[in-house]
Amino acid sequence: MVKFNRFTLDNGLRVLVHEDHTTPMAVLNILYDVGARDEDPDKTGFAHLFEHLMFGGSVNIPQYDEPLQRVGGENNAFTSNDITNYYITLPAANIETAFWLESDRMLSLAFSEKSLEVQRNVVIEEFKQRYLNQPYGDVWLKLRPLVYHRHPYRWATIGKEIKHIEDAQMADVKAFFKKHYNPQNAIVVIGGNISTGRAKELAEKWFGPIPAGEKYLRDLPKEPVQLEARRETVSGKVPLNDLYIAFHMPGRLDEGYYELDLISDILSRGNSSRLHRTLVKDKQLFSEIHAYNMGSFDAGMFVVEGKPLENISIETAEAAIWEELEKLKAELVPDDELTKVKNKTESTMVFSEMSLLDKAMNLAQFELFGDADMLNNETEKYNNVNAANIQTEAKKVFRKENSSTLVYLAEK
Amino acid sequence: MPPMTEKMKLDRKTAPEFRAIENISLVRPERFQLDNGCQIFTFNSGDQDLVRIEWLFKNLRFNPAKPLLNVAVNTMLTEGTSRLSASQIADQVDFYGAFLQVDYGYDHSQVVLYTLTKHLSKTLPVLKELIADSVFPEKEIETFVRNQQQKLQVSLQKNDVVARRTFNKAIYGETIYGLGANFEDYKTLQRQDMIEHFRQMYQPANCTIIAAGKVDQSTLDQIVLHFGQEWTNYSVAADISQPTLQPSTERVYLVEKPGALQSAIRMGLPLINRKHPDFPSFQVLNTILGGYFGSRLMANIREDKGYTYGIGSGLSSLDKGAAFFIASEVGADVCRAAVAEIEKEIVLLKTELVPESELSLVRNYMLGSLLGSLENVFSHADKFKNIHFAGLDYDYYERYTDAVKNITSEEILRLAQKYFDLEKFYRVIVGKF
Repeated sequence: MVKFNRFTLDNGLRVLVHEDHTTPMAVLNILYDVGARDEDPDKTGFAHLFEHLMFGGSVNIPQYDEPLQRVGGENNAFTSNDITNYYITLPAANIETAFWLESDRMLSLAFSEKSLEVQRNVVIEEFKQRYLNQPYGDVWLKLRPLVYHRHPYRWATIGKEIKHIEDAQMADVKAFFKKHYNPQNAIVVIGGNISTGRAKELAEKWFGPIPAGEKYLRDLPKEPVQLEARRETVSGKVPLNDLYIAFHMPGRLDEGYYELDLISDILSRGNSSRLHRTLVKDKQLFSEIHAYNMGSFDAGMFVVEGKPLENISIETAEAAIWEELEKLKAELVPDDELTKVKNKTESTMVFSEMSLLDKAMNLAQFELFGDADMLNNETEKYNNVNAANIQTEAKKVFRKENSSTLVYLAEK
Repeated sequence: MPPMTEKMKLDRKTAPEFRAIENISLVRPERFQLDNGCQIFTFNSGDQDLVRIEWLFKNLRFNPAKPLLNVAVNTMLTEGTSRLSASQIADQVDFYGAFLQVDYGYDHSQVVLYTLTKHLSKTLPVLKELIADSVFPEKEIETFVRNQQQKLQVSLQKNDVVARRTFNKAIYGETIYGLGANFEDYKTLQRQDMIEHFRQMYQPANCTIIAAGKVDQSTLDQIVLHFGQEWTNYSVAADISQPTLQPSTERVYLVEKPGALQSAIRMGLPLINRKHPDFPSFQVLNTILGGYFGSRLMANIREDKGYTYGIGSGLSSLDKGAAFFIASEVGADVCRAAVAEIEKEIVLLKTELVPESELSLVRNYMLGSLLGSLENVFSHADKFKNIHFAGLDYDYYERYTDAVKNITSEEILRLAQKYFDLEKFYRVIVGKF
């Protein structure tokens, strides 16, 4: 159970406070309701590049990191297809420094040309390091556009191509800031050794004077229903073949999400999971295999991915995966197995409460979904799923015409 | 109360007042010695109904002819006992929502259980089985070998992995620290050797148990029940001696990867470990150079030049040795320039005093970071492990905080001159140079 208090400033900024007096630390987490899905198709990778620029100095504070480090704090951020999230951890006694820094960059950035130039290069190196110079690194650049034809999930957060990063201009940076970085599009969570009264006082002092800005109204193209199986075969300088089968699935808040999430656990969580036991151990077809869902806010993606052993053909490997998926459609998941994945979900929730930062991030995300208290109902939602629900969702999702298969062949 | 106009004038240019960190208090464990030689350390904090229990074993003496025994035996502990098959072990652990991990380390290998306390009585007996009675079934060994060989092929295509392996081999030689498994090494794994290795290593006299979380009397009783009297030592004591480290005389390694977009750089040299009196002070020097986001290497090579997504330095402290290293992946076209900038930063530390403003920032950053690393009861247990296995006491952390608070720029200059001998640096580049 993660307790919290909540208030909204006059400018629309939502603030949550999670008091935890067992720690000498505090966190300030800010979620901005903007991700790669909000990008222009010709300017992809921008939300993430922008995240880098948020560290390049703000209107009144030339250096972001330095003053924070000076008071014993650390920070980082991440961008996903859905959101951009910034966080600071620091000794609770120095929490005001976090308010000062975060409020100033919400007020306005410095928009330094030097910062833009350097961060373009840094992000291009990140693009190379993570997506181009790694075996299989470019898989997501290929799989996303195969699965999504219209919805902006068709590109990865890093962007479609390096050129989009190279082309980013200061005018784009300013427009993006105006559109997305204002109190109405943000959620602040304060956690740790601080009272709600003090947090409110500091929030009003530092964030209160920031103009409300305009609320961004998201209107993204819907992904049309997929009508036939899709398939693409690529090859590259990788040592082993790799097989991906992706399916459209419900979004994070849609009916069926919890069922699919439990299905991914049944298939691939832990050594007792079906894919590991059957395809790695018993049938000896794969060296490794995983199933996961991306947890996307809009209609999402369920992925089964495995590397077949060298003597196993792609056809055999693929058929074996389908056999497991068909089994979920044909037979009810036994009680014990369902209890097992629910127990795992429960203990994961309890263990995640060991981390102050995790708690703060989770509260912010669920507040974005509509109510932070939903975090405390998660275990119950998983527990409410029964075997029949799982079968129903499996039947809806695991169909050939809902599948996109990417075969990544090793060039010998 | 100030007048309204005063209140409205918010000074955003001046940083708020802040306080330096004074006290960092560490939770110390309770210690229990069992008759079979096994030691138990407990950290009890009853906030959440969960517990993490770690069983740590010192690795056995490295045998170059059978280099994978330590890692393979540890990794395969989940693969079967005389009573339970690999799948039964997995079923029992997973069913109760527990997490079972095996972790091979350079000095120790460990088995870790994360479980809700309400399920401890169900999960602990399984752990007892695999720690006391693993059998390494032939079929599971075959699967392990084949899958590891496949994964190795993928790892060897990653430049940073190849750089790390090459570097470790160069500074540690044919020892447990220098080991980078190759394809052929897996063929040396024999079941009988594994069983013998297991019996010698995973015995009570070579075991330290560290339990953190809700470790009340009942939790402790359960641990003692399973790992006390009924767990006996093997006829042969664990040979935990290790061959002497043999740093190579060759100091430059260039591994060409045609078509590489980036090159992995790893450079550094053998250095002092945690037991050395200079270690805490050296940590300050390391932090300034490459140990945090605002470090000189990051500020220059990422934030000014944009050559890389990240660069850092560190000191890995092991029982029998230690290494200082700088690591990065940089654009292939700027690799030479990046290496030159790295050297420039090292030379700068050896020739110029670190300005007081930078030093005070690093002091506060390091103390905040130490405080922040004590997030929960598990972190306190981790802090204990750092000192316990190095044969140090809690006064290590006092010396550490003293060094951080009081070190002078002159002392940092002296340390840089003493330890950063560029002539002795090992340099590994994987990609293009």
